[in-house]
This record gives sequence, structure tokens and C-alpha cells, in this order.
Amino acid sequence: MSATESLRGTPFARRRANTEVGLLVLAIIITVSAYALVGLAQQPVIPAGLLAYGGALAALATAAHLVGRRLAPGADPLLLPIAFLLNGIGLVMVRRIDFAVASRENAQQLAELQIVWTIVGVALYAATILLLRDHGVLDRYRYLIGLAAVIALMTPLLPYFGTDFGRGSRIWVRVPGGFSLQPGEFAKIGLVVFFASYLAEKRALLSAATSRLGPLHVPPARAFGPVAVAWAVSLGVLVFERDLGLSLLVFAIFVAMLYQATGRIAYVVFGMTLFGAGALASWSVFSHVQTRVSIWLDPFADAQNTGFQLVQSLFAFGTGGLSGVGWGRGNPELIPDVATDFIFSAIGEELGLLGTTAVLLLYFLLIGRGFVIALRAPDDFSRLLAAGLTFVFGMQVFVIVGGVTRLIPLTGITLPLVSYGGSSLLANYVLIALLVRISAAPRRVGAARGRADLAHIGGDA
Amino acid sequence: MTRSIRHSAWAMFVLFGLLFLNLNWLQVLQADDLSGDQRNRRQLLAEYEIRRGSITAGQGPLQREIVRSEETDDQLRFLRVYSDAPAYAHVTGFHSFIFGRSQVEQRYNDFLQGSSPDALFRNLADALQGRERQGDTVVTTISPPVQEAAAAALGTQVGAVVALDPRTGAVLAMVSSPTYDPNLLSSHDGDAIRAEWERLEADPLNPRLNRATSELYAPGSTFKVVTAAASLERGGSPDDVYDDPAFLDLPQTTAQISNFATGRTCNGGQVTLRRALEVSCNTTFGQIGLDLGAQALVDTAQAFGLNADLPFDVPVATSRIPTELDPPQTAQSAIGQRDVRVSPLQMAMVAGAIGNGGVMMRPRLVGEVQDFAGRVLRQYPAEPLSLPFRDGSQAVSPSTAAALTDMMTGVVATGTGRNAAIPGVTVAGKTGTAEQGEGDPPDVWFIGFAPAEAPRVAVAVLVEEGGDGGESGTGGGIAAPIARTVMEAALATQ
Repeated sequence: MSATESLRGTPFARRRANTEVGLLVLAIIITVSAYALVGLAQQPVIPAGLLAYGGALAALATAAHLVGRRLAPGADPLLLPIAFLLNGIGLVMVRRIDFAVASRENAQQLAELQIVWTIVGVALYAATILLLRDHGVLDRYRYLIGLAAVIALMTPLLPYFGTDFGRGSRIWVRVPGGFSLQPGEFAKIGLVVFFASYLAEKRALLSAATSRLGPLHVPPARAFGPVAVAWAVSLGVLVFERDLGLSLLVFAIFVAMLYQATGRIAYVVFGMTLFGAGALASWSVFSHVQTRVSIWLDPFADAQNTGFQLVQSLFAFGTGGLSGVGWGRGNPELIPDVATDFIFSAIGEELGLLGTTAVLLLYFLLIGRGFVIALRAPDDFSRLLAAGLTFVFGMQVFVIVGGVTRLIPLTGITLPLVSYGGSSLLANYVLIALLVRISAAPRRVGAARGRADLAHIGGDA
Repeated sequence: MTRSIRHSAWAMFVLFGLLFLNLNWLQVLQADDLSGDQRNRRQLLAEYEIRRGSITAGQGPLQREIVRSEETDDQLRFLRVYSDAPAYAHVTGFHSFIFGRSQVEQRYNDFLQGSSPDALFRNLADALQGRERQGDTVVTTISPPVQEAAAAALGTQVGAVVALDPRTGAVLAMVSSPTYDPNLLSSHDGDAIRAEWERLEADPLNPRLNRATSELYAPGSTFKVVTAAASLERGGSPDDVYDDPAFLDLPQTTAQISNFATGRTCNGGQVTLRRALEVSCNTTFGQIGLDLGAQALVDTAQAFGLNADLPFDVPVATSRIPTELDPPQTAQSAIGQRDVRVSPLQMAMVAGAIGNGGVMMRPRLVGEVQDFAGRVLRQYPAEPLSLPFRDGSQAVSPSTAAALTDMMTGVVATGTGRNAAIPGVTVAGKTGTAEQGEGDPPDVWFIGFAPAEAPRVAVAVLVEEGGDGGESGTGGGIAAPIARTVMEAALATQ
């Protein structure tokens, strides 16, 4: 793609790449300092291997940076450093949780595995940028990708491979070699790609308003068909895999992207109505949904049993207070699933409001950059893809942070890039790589639309 | 599309705004409630991370741990072990993660947790050098042989024993019966703790009650030493002769005071003060009370510490005598009945003050606090007890104390207290048998000290409802032998 080639070596691209270097250095310094702090809280010596740890992080960052600098010149310089820092905070937190549970019987030590996942994740990031020189390719294979995503969503239902690990949600697939994957994490991205491509093509058709309902411009009835399909898929996830979080996420992406593509609020209203109906129906049918809701309404009513996890999480936030009890000085082991779903609670206890705010601001910044990339993307597909990826990423943060802080009913999903778990980390590095790829594409100028104006090279301030 | 993407971005930002607001609500406005919630185990875990200091008994080379902390693999790291429970339960108290603490465990908690102001700089140095914080050792004045002798002598009878060194105020024994096992309340098993707690709560005898300090009893005839003191302080002499009627008619009422052997005189019509104390003559002491008047009786009682909050290392109920007494009340109060109420600790201090030349020492259960290496962190030296009701440290004058001592040796030599006699040692004492009402067994007392010429131990024994003697139980029959055993143990070790 000549357009991308042409940005290489320009002062603009060089400036952005150098910004990325600076921010990456900062991210590594913060991560290494945090690592040292957590070690010091356990015993009063600088942890052995601190230099090796920092060195490994630096090597990973260098590799990721160089791939981007060479193959995605002019890309957004904030995405990789923020992702890297969130990943680093997660690594330190997981290691810190290892310390806390070390004295337990059969204590799982997760940090080393998470380092392996980090290396694979960064490799996947680099591979995505390396192999996907033009994300327009995704547009061409949309049905393949969409099908793959739906199949991936369904794989946990396979008789032997699929499992719920005794936790209620059947969202894992066993892979030979003792690993397990959450295909939903990857399916999420595939669905966004498919929706972006589908909506970019059918946009005009779907946004044509044929009637009015009060203040709403309502498209023709058959335009609502896809909404119903997405609703059915997400309901299937809820019913058969019993995963509230993923179900909510799938449906929210589709409705949000439909709105982003058409600007028709009628879809949102229709989608929310469907969601409300589905939520009400599942509440009346499934006891586990009822339990979730009653825990949300009053977690302290059954604080020792069903409400235990959320109550422990709230205690963690309250104990942390404004400035936290200090990294390595809290009791994260009191919260079940603290390394995955509840890692934000552990951050709340040890780093306090200052820490949780800082982490949320990192997400906020990342999401803000994502939307800017969407707005500056050169064609409808790219814009919808960037906006959709950003939205699903943000939505996931909202659902889990809102859940562990009792803003909304709790649904177990990972905190992107921070939680322990390979699937989530890998999928989110791919997501970041896609955003980086889109941001490196030449900027759109003026109000030009369509996929043809790739020749423009935008000057960016 | 630009517009709708912007809108979706705004929607996302609003959601994040909600997250920020909610976090502020949780971590600022709700923070204290959540962190202080009793179901939040974090503070508890932090507390149990510290090796809580020991509690010891015995002095010098005889010092030994009666409570220590042992490291466990539990979530709560250190377990409290009461090695000599339950004989020491009312000294040590318990340390429960559900029901809190009591006695020394409670009062000296800061020291035991190593968080007292005295340990501030050491803790700072420990933190800088990465050493674990250690709790400090609380050294009680309890003498194990005396404590154990007292517990054994009291046996299963309901009551209390206090023994102290009258020269220093050091408490050598503090026993309350029935007792309990603090290990069961201090374990790491919440269900077991609750079960034991409920069992103790349901027990009508309330084993957790420290009868030595926290329960008040009518002193009965032991209070006659206070009445005698009031008389001696006001010019009386042991040889003063009083009437000794079989019944004393009380003015303003139809009530009477009779002697222990109802319908008989103590000495055939006339009796000296000395002899009246030896045989515990009610009618004579009722008359002395009437002669002295309410004010004199109350003044002397208050000089011995009644109506004052005693400074002590564990909670104490305030012994009391009403300050407004009409003549019949005065007569009845003079023989330790009516509304006079005292703790066994209080009566041990009365005996001790008499033995110590009239000087009442501040009672001490804790002599010093040491750090884990045995270095003294804080000392609580012997000092006279100052009271709001009198100047100086004399409860009574040295001459009154000497006269009382002389009279009290007579009680043990030839009077009601013969069961407290120790061969080769002059013992001073006074019995008491406090009537509870028609048909109810009396609470029985003995107070005393030995050796009378230079006391090293003072003791008060109280046994509720006549102890093993039941309705026929008396101070001389039930309480005096216990007191003798305790004093013998104390004299053997000092």
C-alpha cells in the first residue's frame, strides 16, 4: 500500500515514533518501580532479577515499537505505551496476589504464566501489524470472519472441549497441553470486524427513515432484522453459556455500531427495549440471574454466602480509601477470583482512590484516542471498525469496573489488559494493534467519504 | 457518521463519569463504614500478624509465661495460648477475634500489640531495618504458688480470693470461681468460640464474672474492723468496756440487732472492745455505731477507700457505704449489713492497710512491661494510694493500726478465726458471715494478714452462700481455712 509507505520517514511520523519511545520508557519505569515496591513489602531486599525483569520489558517494548515504527509509520503514539503500562500494572498486581496466597495449600502461582502470555500478546501485536499491512483485507473476508466469530462463540458448547470449570458460565475451551481459552474474547473482535464491514455497506439503506414515531425517525421494518439477529445471538450466549457479561457486550456492540453507522436513535431505542425485555425474561426464568440482581440490590443481605464476593470487593475499596494501604500491604486474598474478575478491587485496596482513578484515566485516554482515530479514519469501514473496537473495549471496562463497585449488577469478565488470563490479554493486544493499524492509515481530509480517497495524506498538527 | 461516533464517544464518557462518581462514593464517603465494618477482616488480620506479647507471672528467676503467642498456618497468623488456664483466667482475660478482649489482655492491649507510645522509636527502627514488630511482655505481680493454692483451696465453691503484699500493693493472687478456659474463647474457630460464649452466657453463675473485683458483697462482720478503727481513731481503746445485750433495740424502729447465737449475750453482759471483735459481737458493735454516729463511720470507711474509684489494672466495682445514714442504718452498717457493699479486693486492701501501719498501698496487678528481649520498657513502682477523701497516705494512724493488729491476732488466737492459725506464725484476721435474709445461706468472709508483726501477705476470702457449708457455713468454718492455705503459700515463697 503506497499510502502507508509514503508516511515513512516524514518528520511527522518520526515525531510520533519518538513520542512513543518516551512514553514506553515511562511505562517501563513505572512498572519496574511497582515491581520493586511489591517485593519490598514482602521482604526488605530489592527483589532479585529486577534488572532482568526491566530488561525483558524493555526488549518487548523495543520490538513492538520497532515493528510499529517501520510498518505503521505515523501511528498513534499513545496506544502502545498505555496498553503496555496497563499490562505492566496487571503483571505486578498478579505477582502481588501470588505472594498473598502463597501460604495456601495448592496455591496457584500465576505471575510467571502471565509473563508468558504477555510475551505472546506482544508478539501477536507485532504479528498483526506485520501481517495486516492493510486492514481493508478484513473488509473483504467479512463473512468468513463473522462466521468464525459465531463459531468461536459456540465452541464452549462442544461436548468434550467446552467447560465451565464449575463456575456456572460455560465460556472456556480446553486446548491440548493443559491450557484453556475463552473464545468469546476473540469472537468479540471478529464480530466488530463483521459488523463494521456489514454496516459500512448497508449504511445508506439502514439510515433511510421512512416514517416517524414521535420524535424518532424510523427506518423500514426489515432494517430491524439484523438487530433481532444480534439479539438472538446474544440471548443464545446468555441461555446456553450462562454468561451475562459476554451476552451484554455482544448486543451492546451491535446496537452501538448500528447507531454509529446510521445516526438513527430509533435503533438504540429498539435495541434497549429488546435488551430490557430479554433482561426481564431471563430474570424471571433463570435463578442465577435473580441471584445476581438481588446481590446487586443488597450484597450485605447474604454477606457470608452469595454476596460474599461483592461484599469483600466493597470492603477492599473502602479499606483502600483515598490513598490505599500501600502496594503489597493489603489482603487481596480475601476476595475470591481476585486475579481475574476482581483485580480492580485489589488495586482499590492497595492504591486507593488515587490508584483506581489513575487506572481509569489510562482507559479513558486509550478510549479517547480510539474515538479520535475513528473520527480521522479515511473510510467508513475503518471508522466503524475503530469506533466499534473502542466501544467494545470501553464497554468491557465499564461492565467489570461497574460490577465490582456495585454500580451495575456484577457480571464476570476480565478487566482488559490488567486481569490475569491469556485469552483476554492476547485478544486485547490484537485489538490495540488494529487501532494502531487504522491510525497509521492516511487521514481523511474534509468531509470526503467512501473508501476511495486513500491517496490523501493528512498533515497532522 | 462523525456526529454519531461523537455521540457514542460522549455516551462512553458519561458511563466513565458514573464510574468515577461511584468510586468517590465508595472510597471517600463510604470508606470509614466499609473499612470499619466488623465483617471486614482486614484490621483483624493485621492485628494477628503481630506476635502479641506474653503475659507472665512470678518475679525474677521464677518468672514464667502464663499466656504466649504461637505461630500457626491459619489465616490469623498467631494463636493465643493460655498455658495455665483456667486458674489465671480472671487475671489474663481472653483475646477473641469475635468478642474482643478482657482483663489484662484488654487493659494492656497497646503494650501487648507493641503499639504503645513507649515503643514508638523501637518500632520505627524495626521498620527501617525490616524487622517484624513484636509485642511487649506484661509482667504481672501474681505469684504462681499463691494463685494456684488459692484456686485449689477455693475448689468448686463459688467465690473469690485476693492476696496481696501489704508493703507494695502487689497482688499475689486473684482468683474467682467458677472460672472458664480463655483458650476456648481465643481460638481461631468462630463457631467454637460462639458456642463456648453462649454456654458461658447461659450459665447462671456467670463464670466470666471476676468476683474478686467486679462483684460487690455485704462485708458482714469483717466490717467491724472498720467500725473499731473509727472508734480507736476517735480516742477509743481496745480495753473500753461496752454493754453486751442479747438484743439491741434500734431507735426510731421496732427492729433489733441480735447476736450470731440468737438470744444470747457474747460475754455475759459486759465486754471489752477487744473481746467484742474476737467473738464478733453484733449488739456491741451496733451500739458502737450508734455512739460514733453516721459521719464518723462513713469517714473511716472512706479513708479505707470506700466510695472511691480504685485505680487498678482490671475493671473494679466501687465499694460503697451510703453517706446519709439514720441511726438504725448506722447501727446495721457498723456490723457490715444494710447497704454497705464491698469487693474482695477492697477488703484485702483494708486488711493490708492495717497490717502496713495504716498505710494503704495502691493495688497493682502489673509490675512492669518488658520488651521481647526482657528489657524493661515501663515500670509501675509501689506507691501509697491517694484518695480524694483523706490527706496523705494513712488510712488510719499507726497507733490505731497497731491496736487493730493486736485485736485481730486475738480473733485468730482465741476468737472466731482459729481456723486461720498457722503454727509458728502470728496471724491477724477477722471473720464475716453476711446474712442474706431468712433461710438463705450467708456469704462468708475472712480477711487477714501474716505475720502480724511484719506482714508479707494480706488476704481476703469470700465464699458465696456458705460454700460447702451451705446454710451452716460461717466465715470461720469455710473462709478461714482457705485464707490460711493462701497465706502459708505466700509466706513459703517470699
